[in-house]
Amino acid sequence: MARPMQVSRYWRHFREKYMLIGGKCENGHVHFPKRSVCPVCGSREIEEIELSGKGKVLSWTIVRNPPSGFEYYKPFPLALVELEEGPVVLTQLTDVDPEEIDFGMEVEVVTKKIREFEEDGIILYGYKFRPPVK
Amino acid sequence: MRKAVIIGAGMTPVGEHWRLGLRDLAVEALLKAMDDAGIEKVDSLYVGNMISGPFVEQENLGALIADWAGLGNIPAVKIEAACASGGAAVQEGVKAVLSGLEDVVAVVGVEKMTDAWPSDATRYLAYAADAEWELFHGASFVALNALIMRYYMKAYGYTEEDLALFAVNAHANGAKNPYAMFKRPIKVETVLKSPYVADPLKLFDASPVCDGAASVIITTPEKAKELGVPKEKWVEVAGMGRAIDTISLASREDLLTLKAAKVAAERAYKMAGVEAKDIDFFEVHDAFTVMAALSLEALGAAKKGEGAKLAKEGQIAIDADYPIQTMGGLKARGHPVGATGVYQTVEAVLQLRGEAPSQVPDAEIGLTQNIGGTGSNITVNVFRRV
Repeated sequence: MARPMQVSRYWRHFREKYMLIGGKCENGHVHFPKRSVCPVCGSREIEEIELSGKGKVLSWTIVRNPPSGFEYYKPFPLALVELEEGPVVLTQLTDVDPEEIDFGMEVEVVTKKIREFEEDGIILYGYKFRPPVK
Repeated sequence: MRKAVIIGAGMTPVGEHWRLGLRDLAVEALLKAMDDAGIEKVDSLYVGNMISGPFVEQENLGALIADWAGLGNIPAVKIEAACASGGAAVQEGVKAVLSGLEDVVAVVGVEKMTDAWPSDATRYLAYAADAEWELFHGASFVALNALIMRYYMKAYGYTEEDLALFAVNAHANGAKNPYAMFKRPIKVETVLKSPYVADPLKLFDASPVCDGAASVIITTPEKAKELGVPKEKWVEVAGMGRAIDTISLASREDLLTLKAAKVAAERAYKMAGVEAKDIDFFEVHDAFTVMAALSLEALGAAKKGEGAKLAKEGQIAIDADYPIQTMGGLKARGHPVGATGVYQTVEAVLQLRGEAPSQVPDAEIGLTQNIGGTGSNITVNVFRRV
């Protein structure tokens, strides 16, 4: 990527990406990220909900040929994590031995660096998931 | 209601075309299709293309290609539906003919992918995913499909070896297709020994980055007659359907159901008045081996969870009950993303004309299924011999 991204593009999602803010409709359907329309029942009455950040690994992979901008991190584990409130989140796993990842493995959210841009670029932070720290 | 028939088809070989640019490929395929139909003019042009902007810094493909093909001041636009752009462009062409607004329509699908660095190509392909919630986290398209593949294997007890059979079948058929990128058969071991791109998905579970263009000419039977196109060349577009699903994989209700394919297929079957069992060959979107399995299930050729079983039982070969990828599929023919749906259409036309290099005996009805995203935007078309 020749030029870094503008701060605005990243800033508008900082609450979701730092605090896992999702949506809960009037009928109790929880989703992440928050939408204007509930994907289950179509309701537009949606309140914000902070998700617990605890979940289990649904499926995972090891990314060996990442999109440009992520070369520095390769190989890295990427997973679908099912949160205890129901929604599934696509996320990188961190602080884990790739050999130990398994179906149903418990994980918790942690804020980490996602990537950096060159020189005058911003540094992106966001959620990743790791095995719980005991 | 009017009927739509394809009266001309053309394509370039799929591969790394270092000497040809996007416009060269598109014009070559388009002119071949027009020559095949024996016509010199069309009323409009629909261009199936996914990501020409990032790949070759060129948009406005309607004007570019119509201009360089010498088509005059016709209407011409690009149709984008991720990797299903080609299938969608064919449908837009058919809709224009069926509506009565246009009588002779050209469709060309084109993609020029090898002009970019590989990691940039990986990034551009991931533009079909959800940029803020998937690509942001470093997800490549291969990685997203790997998540599905692992889940599928776990859910139904399949192995990497089982899914490799789809690649083996595609290469066996592609070996006979002069337009295919890979013209050699492979063994299951070839797939299993290839390196992981995103575990458990290996290099040979995936279709290649490549260049290519394909084109068809669509009109009504009445007009075809008027133009003097011999009836042996006609292939009817009997049914079509298109549907979307959630753009991000994480939001999917069921990771292992291609809902969009299911809905699109129901629409296409209804319009054509056929059922899955009537289809003589399926050109499914095997960008990744697991997608071939899920597609067979969504299209009604196999029960849920039994797509890979069809391959294990040898039912997907040319002479079996559910022949798929008769000219190599995306895996062996190649997958120039926005062109693929049109390649599939051209191949269906050749099968139904009886001109395919690996011919399904007495093929009368064929189906093409073109997937955009990780199943988020899917077209299904049904073709019938006239």
